Amino acid sequence: MVEKRPVTVTVNGQVRQAEVEPRRTLADFLREDLNLPGTHLGCEHGVCGNCTVLLDGQSVRACLMFAVQADGHEILTVEGLVAPNGDLHPLQEAFWEHHALQCGFCTPAMLLTAYEYLQQHPVPGSDEEIREAIGGVLCRCTGYQNIVTAIRAAATKLTAAGPAPASRSVAD
Amino acid sequence: MKPPVFDYRAPVSVEETQQALAEYQADGKLLAGGQSLVPMLNMRLARPAVLIDINRVTELAFVRADDGGLTIGALTRQQALLEHPTVQERWPLLAEATRHIGHRTIRNRGTVGGSLAHADPAAELPAVMLALDAVVTVSSTRGERQIPARDFVVDYLTTALEPTELLRSVWVPALPPRTGWAFQEVSRRHGDFALVAVAALVTLDAAGVCTDARLVLTGVGPTPVPVDLRQTLIGAAPSPAAVAAAAEAAQAAVDPPSDVHAPAEYRRHLARVLARRALTTAIERAGGTE
Repeated sequence: MVEKRPVTVTVNGQVRQAEVEPRRTLADFLREDLNLPGTHLGCEHGVCGNCTVLLDGQSVRACLMFAVQADGHEILTVEGLVAPNGDLHPLQEAFWEHHALQCGFCTPAMLLTAYEYLQQHPVPGSDEEIREAIGGVLCRCTGYQNIVTAIRAAATKLTAAGPAPASRSVAD
Repeated sequence: MKPPVFDYRAPVSVEETQQALAEYQADGKLLAGGQSLVPMLNMRLARPAVLIDINRVTELAFVRADDGGLTIGALTRQQALLEHPTVQERWPLLAEATRHIGHRTIRNRGTVGGSLAHADPAAELPAVMLALDAVVTVSSTRGERQIPARDFVVDYLTTALEPTELLRSVWVPALPPRTGWAFQEVSRRHGDFALVAVAALVTLDAAGVCTDARLVLTGVGPTPVPVDLRQTLIGAAPSPAAVAAAAEAAQAAVDPPSDVHAPAEYRRHLARVLARRALTTAIERAGGTE
């Protein structure tokens, strides 16, 4: 038995602490230890992208990181996109309005991947560029068209609302 | 799909890393971006006793350029390399090839040193470093040594690194004037492993004569394959016939495997077609007309 290590992370703006085995993946840490099951696990070997979260504002696959590696860092999961008053993030609203989810399994990863893309490209490029940006997340319902439409619609909404990020956390 | 039990060390300096490697010898495994190693752990294909995580060794994350060349620290994230303005301006081949590595989410974590040390047979960076005539710097508690890229990858997933050595940086020489470049890759989908990829560099003199040309293929065997272009392109102004002959030489130089993604015959076909396209583009970018 390997000794557990203390881990302190800021998740969705809240400081969270736990003791974990080194082999605890960041994804399992979020889901099991911090009770945040919005981060979905598909393949658990870095192919499907469904466990994508943001680490210090950059997308990472939570199945390919260990919780001990996140010590001292800031994480945004899909649970952190919602405003404190419960309002959906404009990206979430756009996904809803444009039917950008079918089974919903890839939705958290799609939202966070799109969130990173729109932080860097407030005015999104061509549909091909949006497709490349979300290329790391597999949607087995193959509902990509409406996801692209929703990301574009969210960008319009976000730029109309002004430059302030609508989320409550994450260092940009 | 959970990793096996391992002990964990997180050194914060090169010195501490070297000491940990010396302490654990073959039981220790370096963890950089983890985009190849952690899948291998999760699938239980690798069972190191100790992971030595270098993600806090920040002195290894840098990109520095001077007149002589470019030095890239091993912990430089692939996305940081790709976005580096000096790399885009002076070594566009590196930036273009790096864009083909996985997806942004993978490049955010994946490192330059990790890609080289892992030496996947379909990886972009080992092939490009070979084309660029790069030199890898490695070190251990016993000292430092330089390994030319052509001697670095020795076999399938195997490099010249000793178990106690740390890959610290890679140096890429400055390119001569009138050097054109191109990177061509075919994969099943963007971000997938290359079925075949080709890196090309062509240097012309003021009269348009090709003074140097390099072509390296990846995805076609256990290690990147350089193609000797002295009989086809070098020494004359490039012509379409010379490019076609060089592409034939590329096809003849490879002995690719068949696997679930593509038969060997298709890979051989791609080797020729991508070599022709890459050389044609590189010649154009060097200022020649082909």
